[in-house]
Amino acid sequence: MTTNSIEQLGLYCLIIVLLTPVLGKYMARVFRGDRTLLSPILAPVENAVYRICGIDADSEMSWQVYAVALLVFSIVGMLVTYVLLRLQGFLPLNPQHFSGAQISPDLAFNTSASFTTNTNWQAYVPEQTVSYFSNMVALAIHNWMSAASGIAVAIALVRGLTRHSAKAIGNIWVDMVRATLYVLLPICLVYAMFLVQQGVPQNFAPYVHAHTLDGRVQTIAQGPVASQEAIKMLGTNGGGFFNANSAHPYENPTPLSNFVQMLSIFLIPAALTSTFGCMAGSPRQGWALFAAMSVMFVTGVIVCTTAEQRGIPAVAACNVMVHPTPGQPGGNMEGKETRFGISDSALFAVITTDASCGAVNSMHDSFTPIGGLVPVSNILSGEVIFGGVGAGLYGMLMFAIIAVFIAGLMVGRTPEYLGKKIERYEVKMAMLAVLVLAASILGFAALAVVLPINAHGYWNSGGNPWTNVNNAGAHGFSEILYAFASATGNNGSAFAGLNANTPFFNLTLGIAMLIGRFLMIIPLLAIAGSMVKKVPVPATSGTFPTDSGTFVVLLLGAVVLVGALTFFPALALGPIAEHLQMIHGKLF
Amino acid sequence: MLRIIKPAVLLTVVFTLGTGILFPACITLMAQSLFPKQARGSLVKYHGVVIGAAHIGQNFTSPCYFHSRPSAAGNGYDASDSGGTNLAPTSEKLIHGSPAAAGSPSFTGIAQLAVEYRKENDLAPSTPLPADAVTYSASGLDPDISPANARLQEARVAAASGLTMDQVKSAVALHTRNRTFGLLGEPRVNVLAVNLEIARLIAASHKVK
Repeated sequence: MTTNSIEQLGLYCLIIVLLTPVLGKYMARVFRGDRTLLSPILAPVENAVYRICGIDADSEMSWQVYAVALLVFSIVGMLVTYVLLRLQGFLPLNPQHFSGAQISPDLAFNTSASFTTNTNWQAYVPEQTVSYFSNMVALAIHNWMSAASGIAVAIALVRGLTRHSAKAIGNIWVDMVRATLYVLLPICLVYAMFLVQQGVPQNFAPYVHAHTLDGRVQTIAQGPVASQEAIKMLGTNGGGFFNANSAHPYENPTPLSNFVQMLSIFLIPAALTSTFGCMAGSPRQGWALFAAMSVMFVTGVIVCTTAEQRGIPAVAACNVMVHPTPGQPGGNMEGKETRFGISDSALFAVITTDASCGAVNSMHDSFTPIGGLVPVSNILSGEVIFGGVGAGLYGMLMFAIIAVFIAGLMVGRTPEYLGKKIERYEVKMAMLAVLVLAASILGFAALAVVLPINAHGYWNSGGNPWTNVNNAGAHGFSEILYAFASATGNNGSAFAGLNANTPFFNLTLGIAMLIGRFLMIIPLLAIAGSMVKKVPVPATSGTFPTDSGTFVVLLLGAVVLVGALTFFPALALGPIAEHLQMIHGKLF
Repeated sequence: MLRIIKPAVLLTVVFTLGTGILFPACITLMAQSLFPKQARGSLVKYHGVVIGAAHIGQNFTSPCYFHSRPSAAGNGYDASDSGGTNLAPTSEKLIHGSPAAAGSPSFTGIAQLAVEYRKENDLAPSTPLPADAVTYSASGLDPDISPANARLQEARVAAASGLTMDQVKSAVALHTRNRTFGLLGEPRVNVLAVNLEIARLIAASHKVK
């Protein structure tokens, strides 16, 4: 790592550490239903929403009702998106005259599943496929709704862990409305204007035809980019307005906009650990989770940046500079932008895959094998290194349950978390979530590699799915593994060379996204429902403290062990094999 | 069940209207009045004609202009089809290129780009090239090149444009940006801005003559 990359990482961590307790405490107030600074303006709006929607804000829900409500809300939203995408040709704000026929039924299914589950995987080129209306209405509403529902589920799980002798875990409608009005909206309002100031467009004009100095005509895509960009990052959604996502100079024009985008990815997931600490009545409990996440984050940045700075031997052989100099970045600049260089590209890649954001400011497919191993490992960790808004916290709490269970086994004592006994039911549910995710990733990836499909048929016109890869050799397998990891982990980034816009991939990846979102959430809400009934037992000298350094190490062990045991064989076939091939000068 | 479906449907409608229409509309109004230039895409005009956008890279092939990085957006710098090559470090195609085949155009590999870059700028094979000069950017619309890349092109630009080396160097210096706050991002030269400066200088020198 260069001095500059260390300084940038240091500044980044410092700002996140400072903002975490501030926003964390604020969110704890919001979800307790307390008055906040913004209440004079927002409380009337909030009450109006409850009135219009017929929501009784004072009644609370059992975990079953909470889960069913979330499912129904998601299904309704998914249907709306599917229909709006298919009908985009008849809808307004479509100066490029894109038609609904450009979005085939399988692509529309994949895209609506993708945005509903906070994945924002995009199997299409946005600037050539979707209208401004589709972007801002059909798709971007899910940037808000899925972020709000993710936060709601995390808060419900925290209530389950921290309340006792109760039945209800909150009201999902109230949680979602408050998350949107009091957290997402005010930040996005300021954030979107900052992005415009930096150079992100916000207009409804047709694409501009520029007549260049060199005598060419350049068609420049436009659109309401800033309003979508803000929530795309803050809600850890990651679905780009343009194909190049946050590498596109219109989405991310300057190093400053880039730094703020990176901050906005971790902002809410990091703060939610503090919200958890506040609601548990012990901020240290939140900081313990934060510490475990930070260790994995910083490790990832160091490994990824070092690998990318080391560059590609075959490129260095053409006498291209690998070491950074004051006038050029060196390293592996394939698929990276000059204004971001190596440091900001590697840092962004780690952040966006730690959090299940999936926006990219460089092309992960062109990373060195070890540089690319880091993002895919981050996703395979279960998206718990800060993770998606809400999803990161509930995922990490699931691992906390597994960690105290393992500790309990070691000392032969019933494990406890926050003073409550962790019993068979909770561990079963946590393991169910872990196993379902692993089965989806590995099962679908294996299927895509071995399944024979006829060429020129409906499902995959090129024939066998593995022929859709952009790169031969081990890297091709990495592309497929990355795709199903990203879909199941609800990340949305890609080794984007894979041609995933075929009915086979659209269907399987769409199903993987739904599995990854809902078969994770339902077991966790079941845990919340079971824990909320329990009575805390007083701490004794035999109680394992879950706000200690030992617990942080144990939690790290649980995440790394589960991930390594499950996915190491697959990673050995992909990035690790490719690394060995690369250093021996093998090309495919 | 109806007690769940009704709020779910109505709340979706509220979200659609509020976050899908009202929010972008408000941002558009505020953006167009506070930052009208940026909101419209930071378009750059020369003699009243739109010649590009400040943040969007474009293709230059004339020897009198600085050349942008290799681009994989469409057929090169297509600002309605952004993206990178997505080729891996172990890709034969990335390093050595591939000839045109049915359905796919030819692709110039990094080794070939390095040869062309040296030939174009009259550089010896022993001259190390900046990493950005022979690699494809992520967006295919990278507006910048590294200062080292610009420096290697200065002599060619000066010779082809009839400007002095000092004029070219000061044009580059004028449009070189350092790290933001000395910390964020990388030093870079905006290719469109520097070429617009070159075009103005060429026009001015013709007038003098």
